[in-house]
Amino acid sequence: MESKEIKLDDTQHVATKSPSGFSIIWREIVRDKIALVSLILLVLITSFVYGISLFLNQDEIVTVDLFAIHEPPGEDFLLGTDYGGRDIFGQLIIGTRNSLSIGILVTLMTGVIGVLYGLVSGYFGGTIDNIMMRIVDFFLILPFLMIVIVFVAIVPKYSVLSFSLIMTAFLWMGIARLIRSKALQEKELDYAQASKTLGSSNLKIMLTQVLPNLSSLIIVTMTLNLAANIGLESGLSFLGFGFPESTPSLGTLLSYARNPQTLEYRWWIWVPAAVLILVLMLSVNNVGQALKRATDARQRRG
Amino acid sequence: MWKFIVRRLFITLPQVILLSVLIFLMAQMMPGDALSGLIDPNIDPAAIEQQRENLGLNNPWYVQYTDWITGALQGDLGQSFRYKMPVTELVEQRLINTFWLSVATLLITYIIAIPLGITSGRYNDSWADQMITGYTYIGFATPLFIFALVMLWVFGYQLGWFPTGGSVAPGLEPGSFDYVLSKLQHLLLPAISMALITTVNTVQYLRSEIIDTKQKDFIITARAKGASESRVYNRHILRNSLLPIAAFFGFEITGLIGGTVFVENIFGYPGMGDLFIQSILLRDYSVVTAVVLLFGIASILGALISDIILSLVDPRIRIK
Repeated sequence: MESKEIKLDDTQHVATKSPSGFSIIWREIVRDKIALVSLILLVLITSFVYGISLFLNQDEIVTVDLFAIHEPPGEDFLLGTDYGGRDIFGQLIIGTRNSLSIGILVTLMTGVIGVLYGLVSGYFGGTIDNIMMRIVDFFLILPFLMIVIVFVAIVPKYSVLSFSLIMTAFLWMGIARLIRSKALQEKELDYAQASKTLGSSNLKIMLTQVLPNLSSLIIVTMTLNLAANIGLESGLSFLGFGFPESTPSLGTLLSYARNPQTLEYRWWIWVPAAVLILVLMLSVNNVGQALKRATDARQRRG
Repeated sequence: MWKFIVRRLFITLPQVILLSVLIFLMAQMMPGDALSGLIDPNIDPAAIEQQRENLGLNNPWYVQYTDWITGALQGDLGQSFRYKMPVTELVEQRLINTFWLSVATLLITYIIAIPLGITSGRYNDSWADQMITGYTYIGFATPLFIFALVMLWVFGYQLGWFPTGGSVAPGLEPGSFDYVLSKLQHLLLPAISMALITTVNTVQYLRSEIIDTKQKDFIITARAKGASESRVYNRHILRNSLLPIAAFFGFEITGLIGGTVFVENIFGYPGMGDLFIQSILLRDYSVVTAVVLLFGIASILGALISDIILSLVDPRIRIK
């Protein structure tokens, strides 16, 4: 908890009124040019993709057109077509939207489960904590990728929702562990102890007092998780165990490159998707790193 | 010390048992059993039912689990539904291939990580450090499968420096020099691709470890005694910073498992990850179960090794 104390000291010396959390974050991002560019890129890509996809019809795009197989980029098709004569540009837009949406959904679901689990484990401590952490340890050593693939393959009535539930089921442990270690420290602090002495219920202390103090940590972790989850989803779709082909994602486009012919001669199918994933992941990571510095006074640049 | 190892083993054993139960239940959920594909449609259903009874497929799940686990302990992982041969035979060659791929990847990982980490930690905030940090930033955000695809495209297809599939050129006699050379050649590109991405964590860790150690009192003392700069780094700082890295070796195994699934798939390298994906696609679930079990045990053992090395290196970590 050193960092919290230093933060207080610093602000008292510099200004009489301590800056709000958001202004600290904003200052940090503006100071870090790379993070600023990343943030602008992210906003642009997201609004572009969600905006354009309103006018695109997913079913129309994924309909096979046998007269237009493997068209190179040209007037009719901005980025050419794939082996089913489907427009790559349309698939790219829809794919980015789907990848982003599932990334956000999985991040939120793992976030809620992980934060609540970690909070309970850390706040109560003792035997409860011990048991709950052994469960986390067990989940952490599972060969994640393989187990997820097996579940994807055997779940009946497979859909986008079941895919995100499967991913969530094996991804909540990291954040749970982090929140638990912070909650363990936080509950020993004076404010939590005082509140307890005054007779506040455990639930109230946990949710209305300890949780808000962990919010910056939660935001940082979830931002970094978002990047990782987008990567994971596209990886699974690449292997053929993510989205079904009727719901293209960025990974689906890349999976066409598993065909050596496509990889070697038809760059327009997979290179744009690869670049987009890279840009998305780098940007989200950069913003996440800037947020991380903003929450730790010792590392701040601004 | 021994107390810690025994305690740690007491945690490992239930982990292995839990893992096997989980995988067994997963296997139960998979469609098909040892008889699928063997059945002639003209056979009387009652006879099939009789056969299932004889094979113990109608027993309650805990009886079936005990049968399965005793078999697995004796090295019998069942029959492949698809190839109608024992899974152990199917897995053997693949396991060896994956083993060598992992060894090569780990070697290259450390060959890259140690000089980069040392340079970046020793001369921190220099231009070299900024370059290396930039690399770790990008490597951290790049998904392995995209990087592997690009490597295959550039070095396999465009430049043609490396073979683009398989684990050895056909027609070579096993054991000959050419055979070993060809194996190495097939191994190199997948291993380099995987290592360049996975090494990033180790570089970052080594860098911050060195920067931390640099500011410790005993380093100031060593300098005050008049030790030369190279002696300070080689004898005092490196020794303290490299040990934790060595200990992470076990955890690397868990990462390698995920990595091999992608890399073997992309480079068409016939290893366990490739076998896993193929078996899933062929719905050859007895093989899938065996591969997941083997990899699960490997990552449990990896964590065990790491914890034991860590406790040898750093007594503060020993669990009470």
